[in-house]
Amino acid sequence: MSDDLGLWSVPLAILGGAIRVSTPFLFVSLGETITERSGRINLGLEGTLVFGAMSAYATAVLTNSPWAGVAVAGLAGGLFGLLHGTLCKFPKVNDVAIGIALMLFGTGLAFFFGKPFIQPPAPPLPAIPFGAWSDLPQVQAALRVNVLFLAGAALSVALWWGFRNTKAGLILRVVGDSADAARALGYDVDRVRLVATGLGGGLAGIGGSYLSLYYPGSWNEGISSGQGLMAVALVIFARWNPLACFGAALLFGGAGALGPALQSVGVSQGYYLFYAAPYVLTLALLIATSSPDRALAGAPGELSLSK
Amino acid sequence: MVADAAPSKLAADGPRGWTSLPLRAWLARRLEALAIPVGAALVGFLLFGLFLAALGKSPLQLVDIVWRGGFGSPFALGNSLQRAAPLLFAALCVALPARLGLVVIGGEGAIVLGGLAAATAAQPLAGLPAVLAVPLMAGAAMLAGAVWIGAVGWLQAYRNVNATISSLLLSYIAIALANHMIEGPLRDPASLNKPSTLPVGDAFMLGPMPVIGVHWGLGCGILACVIASILMDRTTLGFAARIAGGNVRAAQIQGLPVGRLIVGFTALGGAFAALAGYFEVAAVQGNANGTLAAGYGYTGILVAFLARQNPLAIMPVAFLLGGIEASSGLIQRRMQLPDATVLVLEGLLFLVVLLSETLYGRFKPFNPHLWAQKREAVPA
Repeated sequence: MSDDLGLWSVPLAILGGAIRVSTPFLFVSLGETITERSGRINLGLEGTLVFGAMSAYATAVLTNSPWAGVAVAGLAGGLFGLLHGTLCKFPKVNDVAIGIALMLFGTGLAFFFGKPFIQPPAPPLPAIPFGAWSDLPQVQAALRVNVLFLAGAALSVALWWGFRNTKAGLILRVVGDSADAARALGYDVDRVRLVATGLGGGLAGIGGSYLSLYYPGSWNEGISSGQGLMAVALVIFARWNPLACFGAALLFGGAGALGPALQSVGVSQGYYLFYAAPYVLTLALLIATSSPDRALAGAPGELSLSK
Repeated sequence: MVADAAPSKLAADGPRGWTSLPLRAWLARRLEALAIPVGAALVGFLLFGLFLAALGKSPLQLVDIVWRGGFGSPFALGNSLQRAAPLLFAALCVALPARLGLVVIGGEGAIVLGGLAAATAAQPLAGLPAVLAVPLMAGAAMLAGAVWIGAVGWLQAYRNVNATISSLLLSYIAIALANHMIEGPLRDPASLNKPSTLPVGDAFMLGPMPVIGVHWGLGCGILACVIASILMDRTTLGFAARIAGGNVRAAQIQGLPVGRLIVGFTALGGAFAALAGYFEVAAVQGNANGTLAAGYGYTGILVAFLARQNPLAIMPVAFLLGGIEASSGLIQRRMQLPDATVLVLEGLLFLVVLLSETLYGRFKPFNPHLWAQKREAVPA
């Protein structure tokens, strides 16, 4: 047995990386799916993600409990979502622009309050070693799966089922497809969207807690580089389907792990270009799946993005 | 500054205006376009003051520091104007596509690529007279920016890819590409600690403008805003763009080339943003390096939205935000606040000004059609 797997370590590292890197994508995209299914788009989830990362880390440092951090991040994210939902209730207020403003505001608040927490270490979230059967450290590393990843996977199945089979899912879809029809049925469109945006923000906050408490596992001001926004693009690619979000998140995670994986086997040339792989992949998928002459299949009818 | 202009105008035109309803109506609409954003900005500052007070810091001290750090002395003014220059260009990259209904937030990428293109173009041009080389460098930058942001417009117009998302993705890609070139193929071997390209050379560097002593980027930025304003409000092209931005189908029925308008306006916006990068290289840094991605593109988004996408309003707003950012260092040192303080203030301003969109058309004194309703209560 040898520790040196040669080039085989690259796909293995990408697989492990896909599992590790994909979790924030998964949570943000599931949250955004709920929000967009209600007919609104929240581009501010990037800011929510960063604020979630900061608040989770700070809480974990102060209470010594990572799960308290996850809870606080979810709550804080929910508040950001509710703020977005409340502001967008007013006529003539543009949801895309409010999202951009919240991106700035959330990031600013996170940096503002996060300054004292850059140094102290926080307890990390636990992971389950599914690779314990193997002797190879690379396999073990790749198959250490965090609990939040499993929770996200379960959540995507639950949402997929819930959108189709529950009353709440049906109301959400009616509101997202036709506000007029929803009003005719007696539903308060703004309130449904408020709840949907709040839930979306909460999930994005939890995604942020994963960033600071597990991977990369520290709080600093460069912790997210557009993952929140890429996740919004990922929702379009996944056609607003939670199960497809899960697959897409894995794909994006794998692309994000490409750079570090190649670096670990000594490919140091073009580091920045590999680092850009997820962005290129996102853009390529967006272009490939968009069509010039018809709205996107599966898009909620009220979404300004697809109008 | 902005707030003062309106009442004086009213006072001058008031007595005559009272006799003519169209003039009063025109004035009222103008006043609404001024009073609501200024009022919203004041509310934003007030909220930020409350935020500071809640943290036990003095809002008045902040006002004092921002005044001294950004506006109070000739040195501070020069510093603010220097920071305002790239914001003018970056904001145009948002405002021009906005006329067509596109939200482009990737100006940062065009700035970085513009700076890189200018620095790269300077090398083969070495030896040419500066009169020739300087416009060629600026042209190279503009071309790079126009292609980059024009691609965003093309994708939106012909492939239906959302411009907001694609522009931000392209911006990340541009920054990665520029980092790769600056630290790889284009790296000056002599730049050890701070990777950068070869210097553009003293002959091609731009000096300061006469009298105010700020580099030429400011003058060109103001010129760019004026050109954009004329293009948007005084030409048929700008009119066509406004129709296409309001209602694509109506524009297509009228036979307007919607796709080409979108590509043209986004490309022009990108070319302007790239000029910000060009001036950073040719008037400040002397080469292209990592500081090109200093966030001007993102602040430019804020400037454009605060100015409600009006190129002339971009000028005072860029000056104001340039001053606030210039005083950031002083805020950190004097008040022991983190450097993100300015980000929080900017985010708050952004939110309040966007929310104030809902107020247009609600106040009776500003809305002539509401006066008429009252007057003609009895139908003729």
